[in-house]
Amino acid sequence: MRDVAVIGVGMQKWGELWAKSIRDIWVESALMAMDDAGVDHIDSMYVGSMSPGLFSSQEHLESLLADYLGQHHVPATRVESACASGGLAFRLAWMEVASGLSDVVLASGVEKMTDVSGSEATHALATAADMKWEGMSGVTFPGLYAMMAVAHMHKYGTTRQQLAQVAVKNHENGSKNPRAQFPMRITVEDVIHSVQVADPLNILDCSPITDGAAAVILVPADQVKKYKKPGVKVTGSGHATDTIALHSREDLAAIRAAAIAAEGAYRMAGKTPKDIDFAEVHDCFTIAEILISEALGFFEPGQGGPAAEAGWTALGGRIPINPSGGLKSKGHPVGATGVAQIVEITEQLRGECGPRQVKGARVGLAQNMGGSGGSCLVHILEVM
Amino acid sequence: MAAGIIGYGAHIPRRRIKVEEIAKVWGADAPSYKKGLELREKSVPGLDEDTITLSVEAARNALARAQIDPAEIGAVYVGSESHPYAVKPSGTTVAEALGATPDCHCADLEFACKAGSEGMFVAYGLVKAGLIKYGLGIGADTSQGAPGDALEYSAAAGAAAFLMGDDDDKLIASIDETYSFMTDTPDFWRREHQFYPSHGGRFTGEPAYFRTVTGAVRGILGKSGMKPADFKYAIFHQPNGKFPKRVGKMLGFTMEQIDTGRLVPTLGNTYSGSSPLGLTAVLDVAEPGDRVLMCSYGSGAGSDAFVFTVRPRVRETRDLAPRTRWLLDEHVRYIEYGEYAKLRRKIRMAE
Repeated sequence: MRDVAVIGVGMQKWGELWAKSIRDIWVESALMAMDDAGVDHIDSMYVGSMSPGLFSSQEHLESLLADYLGQHHVPATRVESACASGGLAFRLAWMEVASGLSDVVLASGVEKMTDVSGSEATHALATAADMKWEGMSGVTFPGLYAMMAVAHMHKYGTTRQQLAQVAVKNHENGSKNPRAQFPMRITVEDVIHSVQVADPLNILDCSPITDGAAAVILVPADQVKKYKKPGVKVTGSGHATDTIALHSREDLAAIRAAAIAAEGAYRMAGKTPKDIDFAEVHDCFTIAEILISEALGFFEPGQGGPAAEAGWTALGGRIPINPSGGLKSKGHPVGATGVAQIVEITEQLRGECGPRQVKGARVGLAQNMGGSGGSCLVHILEVM
Repeated sequence: MAAGIIGYGAHIPRRRIKVEEIAKVWGADAPSYKKGLELREKSVPGLDEDTITLSVEAARNALARAQIDPAEIGAVYVGSESHPYAVKPSGTTVAEALGATPDCHCADLEFACKAGSEGMFVAYGLVKAGLIKYGLGIGADTSQGAPGDALEYSAAAGAAAFLMGDDDDKLIASIDETYSFMTDTPDFWRREHQFYPSHGGRFTGEPAYFRTVTGAVRGILGKSGMKPADFKYAIFHQPNGKFPKRVGKMLGFTMEQIDTGRLVPTLGNTYSGSSPLGLTAVLDVAEPGDRVLMCSYGSGAGSDAFVFTVRPRVRETRDLAPRTRWLLDEHVRYIEYGEYAKLRRKIRMAE
């Protein structure tokens, strides 16, 4: 297997992009990535998108996007793994370059979520749960993560304030990210007094509905000198699944798929959690970031909440988590999220992140997750 | 020769329902609606009140202030999205009740919440062109919000009427400039035979209301060479309490300029009557020489903007008919959701 590097990244400001269609926003980010890398041709492309059918009434997305990118006849693949679609697109692109099959591969993700009503969007997202046993009973993701939060609070004494602190920290980071959808700063009081969605989660515990895309270019690590920007090497990739029904899990207060995917990535990279300088993780809800920070081995089970409250995950803390602002502040166009994490890690390792730069960052970790933890991707990237 | 408003009048039904009362029925969070919409209560029409009766009341108040012979009214325009009939004009009944028939041009207008200002615009244009002596533009609505929908908290009833003319001694406020801004932006609609409107949720905000209102106001400021500080009062379409405040701030207006005409927190959204009613409340207190900006908004989407200069006659006429704040604040009767459901015909009756 060949070593693989990320050589170009592209992502626009996310938000309610009323004037743009799914093809517009994807092409925009893909062209930005190609321009960043200095390439005008790709050998192959992967698009992570959870549900363009339900959100945009458009399937067969990969060929449509290849056409609109002007890359006629290239092999194009759309992958779907709910909110982990982007991370999975990145892994498949990495595999294709590592295998020697292609030399320049575009990994991307996109979701255009605001062309449907709030209830239609909620339904589309809920199809990432077990529709027979969860969806048909009326549960949607805020409800599932609320149950995980209650379980974590019951088992470990995690507090409402600790959950709120995750949102406060991510909005603080997002306020330094010009591409964030909600760059406003918030306080613990704001979170605790915001409208309740599913007890104990309030609206400011939840990631938003977003239009956005992200794209990166992968090439063999030994060819990076041919390109404009310094390469960032992909040294670990882990992928795991779990039951998508929450009630089938042994422990509601842990995300096993994240732990297993992380083990795979750490083993491949020859790293331990202590070697990681910062991480971009899937904070679809505040409780998710706490659960993941434990699953990735940054903190012991039950210590994610106190760690967030102590500021250990803030910029300048022991292990900065979500310097981009995370899903919470940056936005969560589901299929694009996993690729946007790679964009942030690449820019951090290149030292391009300005006021939100993690000082001396050399090893970054991305964790992207589908549903309530039914799928998980973990990637480790390093300065070359 | 200057033309403009020679008479204005308002009408608001007496009944009110509070946000808490609606929220209680649907298990919704009243404080968040009140905060999010900056709305406390809304007007509710009675069983015997509709767009036609509200229009007649408001127009009679305008006539009382104008002190003209209604037979001299050469045009009657009723703007509404809740005309009682799909086919048969509201304006004919209104004109008949006022005594303006038969020597009169008449049309019903519809452009979501902008239909009232359209009637004002057309009546003013015909006067300005010399085709008619006086013209009447009315904005009136008994608007519908689907039960439980966000619109139910704001959809209210009310009317404002403006008589346009060019008799210099009769002018209450001259119209110095107009500007309209319009694009095909479908943010809110109701098809024929549908009882309740549909809306694009958050799409009704940034790309619709804010783009259109800022477009119209920037247009009229550019056309007139004026700036926000030149105005004593500014009235923006007010679908909720927040939008007119936010759009005013975006455009550089202060709360002092906006608040007099911002009736929505205790009135609700009277659709075609919304910004025109705000204008009546401003004329109730404005002094000669004051400059007034009004900008309507109708989904679909468009805005009509006007620059007015208040004339001395405003002082002589304002107490010839009820003032708008009096209609809004006095003799109010609060009702519960049950009566509201009956009055708004939300209860299915035996056939």
